Amino acid sequence: MEYVTRLASLEQYEKGGVEVIDDDPKNYAFSNIFEVASHAKPFEHIAVAKNFQYVLEAVRVEGTSPWRSAGHDQSALVMDGEVTFEFRTLRAGTGLSEAGSATVPDDAAETLMGMVTARRGHLTLLPAGRAYRFTSAGPAVLLVQTVTGPDTQFRWAEICQTS
Amino acid sequence: MTVTASGKVPTATGEPNELGYKSFTIGQFRFSRDEYFAYLTWPTGRHVMSADAFLRALQRDVAWDFFYGIVNFDGVLGTMNHYGTVDLFAGRYNDAYRKAELDHIENIDTEIIRETFKSILSDWTNEGFDPFASPEETGSAFGPKRGNNDAAITRHRVTAQRMVSLPGDEPLRNDENGHPINRMFADVTQDEPEVRAEPGFEQEIGSFNLFAYLSRSPVTWNPSVVSVCQESLYCPTTEEYILPIIHGNDRAEWFVQLSDEIIWDVEDRDTGRKRAKVVMKAGDVAAMPSDIRHQGYSPKRSMLLVWENASLEIPKLISSGKFPTQPVEF
Repeated sequence: MEYVTRLASLEQYEKGGVEVIDDDPKNYAFSNIFEVASHAKPFEHIAVAKNFQYVLEAVRVEGTSPWRSAGHDQSALVMDGEVTFEFRTLRAGTGLSEAGSATVPDDAAETLMGMVTARRGHLTLLPAGRAYRFTSAGPAVLLVQTVTGPDTQFRWAEICQTS
Repeated sequence: MTVTASGKVPTATGEPNELGYKSFTIGQFRFSRDEYFAYLTWPTGRHVMSADAFLRALQRDVAWDFFYGIVNFDGVLGTMNHYGTVDLFAGRYNDAYRKAELDHIENIDTEIIRETFKSILSDWTNEGFDPFASPEETGSAFGPKRGNNDAAITRHRVTAQRMVSLPGDEPLRNDENGHPINRMFADVTQDEPEVRAEPGFEQEIGSFNLFAYLSRSPVTWNPSVVSVCQESLYCPTTEEYILPIIHGNDRAEWFVQLSDEIIWDVEDRDTGRKRAKVVMKAGDVAAMPSDIRHQGYSPKRSMLLVWENASLEIPKLISSGKFPTQPVEF
């Protein structure tokens, strides 16, 4: 028998949901990454999951992002499209946000460390203390494993099932 | 309810019965099996489970080192992790047993219960039966004792230190290292990302095809760490048929459905009262609050990203009421 693995994309996704028996659906903060990204502006960092200080952010990639950096490792999973990651050393003395990632000035990104071109299902390390940026010609979607930072947006009431 | 809180409870192993299976004693709990069933007795009660269901649950409890919170083997038997000691219980999270005061708990040093559980798993798992595999992909757990399957039940558990595929970290899976593509993931693209690291930066420039990696997983319902952000752990897993345990949370965990579909039955953690069904399709994200227990049903092998916060402080914050049971409020 031939099996078909059902993946999803910005163009084609089907959302499940919480079927309440005796509960409040808001307890499950149920959302869909592609639905969130389809309503997002490029490079907004929208939290779709939160566990104390840690978050998973849905990011719509379209064009080239500003340079960013974080003081800890992060990861980026391509959920749709193709994304090129560029990594550079960070100029000494560049201020990092206390937690999470933040933009850094263009001239803080110095020596080229490497490039990654990733497509759907590819997981990429965003190493601590380095500068990185994302580029995609068409709309792409990332799921970023990180810590709540200055650019993290919480829109639970807008993105989650409430009834 | 009867409780033993000694930590260093006595254990014993009996001689093989007429079918070849040994019995095991942990404190006042006694485990035995025959051709079809696993039996459990304690001072105020007894319980019976299908041997294959018992072994599938026991395999997860052993492999996960008692995991986060509660591992219910079914509605009666289970363990609760206190990270150093473990409660072995019967009826503790079952309303009827509690009301009848027939429930029983033994608090046991983790090392003691870990070794006894490993011994039961090794003795009761027959050759050809793999408790980690989907039912379609393994032999029978039943019948008189025949050989063992120690190679399957002691598999290496993936725990990346930073991210799978980085130099010195957990390796990728391929045909050569014994990880063929699963029959239900034959259509999953196997391309790898283009990674170009400048000399001297090979340790920090890394990327791999997570979906291809998961398509080659030989086991089901076994979250394994593939990437780390401080105490935030990505623990993806491939799921088929039924989660062999009912996981009771001591902290919120999150699910990101990467492919296909899983239906979750959600119950109150302490009583088993039904609360919700959560249907997850590719791209869906949902929290499992810290006051529930859940069991998943995956009609086709699917990819699920389980996301955990491994901080040991969380159970105390939640049980003391300093943090709500749901991870976000809005």
